[in-house]
Amino acid sequence: MFSSLNIRIGFFLAKRQIRRSNPWTTVLIIFVMFFTFLNLVVVSGILVGLIQGAIDAVRTHYTSDVIISSLNDKSYIENSPEIINIVKSLPQVEAMSARYLDGGTLEANYKTRTSDKEKPNTAVASVTGIDPASEDKVTNLAKFIVEGEYLTSSDYDQVLLGAYLVKKYLPIDSPGFTALNNIEPGTKIRINVHGVEREVTVKGIIKAKVDELSMRVFMVDSQLRSIIGRNDYNVDEISIKLKPGTDPAVIRDILKQNGVDKVAKVQTYADAQPKFIKDMVDTFALLGNMLSSIGLVVASITIFIVIFINAITRRKFIGILKGIGINEHAIEISYILQSFFYAFCGSLIGVIVLYAFLQPAIAAHPINFPFSDGILVAPVSGTLLRIGLLMATTIVAGFIPARLVVRKNTLDSILGRN
Amino acid sequence: MIEVKNLKKSFKDGESTTEVLKGINFVAQDGEFVAIMGRSGAGKSTFLYQMSLLDEPTAGEILIDAKDTHLMSVGDKTYFRLSRLGYVFQDYALLPEMNALENVALPLLMQNIPERKAYEKAKEALVRVGLEKRLNNLPSKLSGGEQQRVSIARAIAHEPKILFADEPTANLDNESSRIIMDIFRELHKAGQTIIMVTHEPEYSQYAERVVHLDDGKITSIDKN
Repeated sequence: MFSSLNIRIGFFLAKRQIRRSNPWTTVLIIFVMFFTFLNLVVVSGILVGLIQGAIDAVRTHYTSDVIISSLNDKSYIENSPEIINIVKSLPQVEAMSARYLDGGTLEANYKTRTSDKEKPNTAVASVTGIDPASEDKVTNLAKFIVEGEYLTSSDYDQVLLGAYLVKKYLPIDSPGFTALNNIEPGTKIRINVHGVEREVTVKGIIKAKVDELSMRVFMVDSQLRSIIGRNDYNVDEISIKLKPGTDPAVIRDILKQNGVDKVAKVQTYADAQPKFIKDMVDTFALLGNMLSSIGLVVASITIFIVIFINAITRRKFIGILKGIGINEHAIEISYILQSFFYAFCGSLIGVIVLYAFLQPAIAAHPINFPFSDGILVAPVSGTLLRIGLLMATTIVAGFIPARLVVRKNTLDSILGRN
Repeated sequence: MIEVKNLKKSFKDGESTTEVLKGINFVAQDGEFVAIMGRSGAGKSTFLYQMSLLDEPTAGEILIDAKDTHLMSVGDKTYFRLSRLGYVFQDYALLPEMNALENVALPLLMQNIPERKAYEKAKEALVRVGLEKRLNNLPSKLSGGEQQRVSIARAIAHEPKILFADEPTANLDNESSRIIMDIFRELHKAGQTIIMVTHEPEYSQYAERVVHLDDGKITSIDKN
């Protein structure tokens, strides 16, 4: 069927049919193919991007590129100062933040409580001691301040509250999830960590789409160290931000080679992702593909109808072509090439719009989903696969109606007989 | 030479069968110009379609240069039509999206003739029918007579063994019809075998022999 002669004649016929067809019809068909392409790529891209946005946020604003955390059976990272020195000595490291963590209870409105029978307004939180400047360099924590101000290293007895600890910012009203009422910058609250209680002032409130930030209370590391009596400077987490272009796995391996993994967990941001996140990415990708496949069916039906109507209305001319000796396969190839042309043009415009406008625009202005800033994930390999799929589907959808018409009796076609 | 033996063609319409050709025997020699005449419904076009391999007879044999066409596959017949036969249809049957030159060049290209040579031959054929100034015109920009001349150019460009014409002047005015028939006469003089269906006695005079058909049978063959 696909001899060079048949392809040559098929191209000759297809070129002339497209060139002299109604330009508005051609534009309309290409428009349908363009939207089908976008449907194929963007629907799954947004669904995956919804999760990817959350993953990227966790990486950028919490774990950073590499995270060192305490072993499961240890309450902190032993020999932390030594590990910090190793990290600082690595030329690929741009910044790092060491954090102290401990569980604590927060209490608000205790001054206005009138009796012991009245339920205290408390919330349980992870109390995090940070060096404010280092933390901001690594995670840009300061940019999530929605009320008040960010901490400085001299802000003793002052804290930043995660938004999920503040009633007015809490998105859910769950009985097992308590939050503080009447909180604003300047409000005094009590923090109790292992029985040590301090009265502190809320300096600011942090609201981010990263739960690890929104559910923590931050204070200057030296103060938390004094509260929990951690005088050996052993920390609980070290987030490491790498210079652009550095592979986090390389740094992870260097740290392991230096024996850091003997006393702590050393993970890249990807290693630190919970399995359910990875499952969600796969699930959303599958969901996207299912939705996209509907678009693919619609596109193939559109092409089928377009080519079928085209072939039926040109049945007489197909008969004439056969009558004067043009090979049936050459005629079929001409319709395949027309379908290919429509799919190619639609995909080409789609690729230009996708990579030149849509993806950069969504990256610059992420879609504001409730739990993540959604981006458009459209890797080139996946896009090429979808273009291939679209081409293959349209070619089949173009070939079938052409075959149906071409196989009809030559004379019946010429004379318009059924 | 084309030889037809006991040719029959019938059409089924539900339960009933209509016999259009009822056992025709006929021979046309190389270089001969034969006109087929008859009243409407006599079976003359059906007879032409069987001989020109555009249709499949119900029974009988058609031999072209002693080759039994009944034994040919669909593909073989298509190639035979491409390389050995030429067609002029009543309604010109030009492809509307191609200009005159492209319409004529297409069968040549299908014969794997290089593009430049195919266009040269197509141009020669169009010059032969007097359309050297209309090469790049689409059919919609040509008159009926001009379209039919393009159709003739397409039919003769590849130098076919036999040229079949189905009422080539039926849709034309007198002047255009005369031009077309003059072209046929010139082709015949140059040795082209022509088999033409017509219902106009005036144009049957151009042929060497006139076959009269009635009710699916040859009733007489006259020599001019």
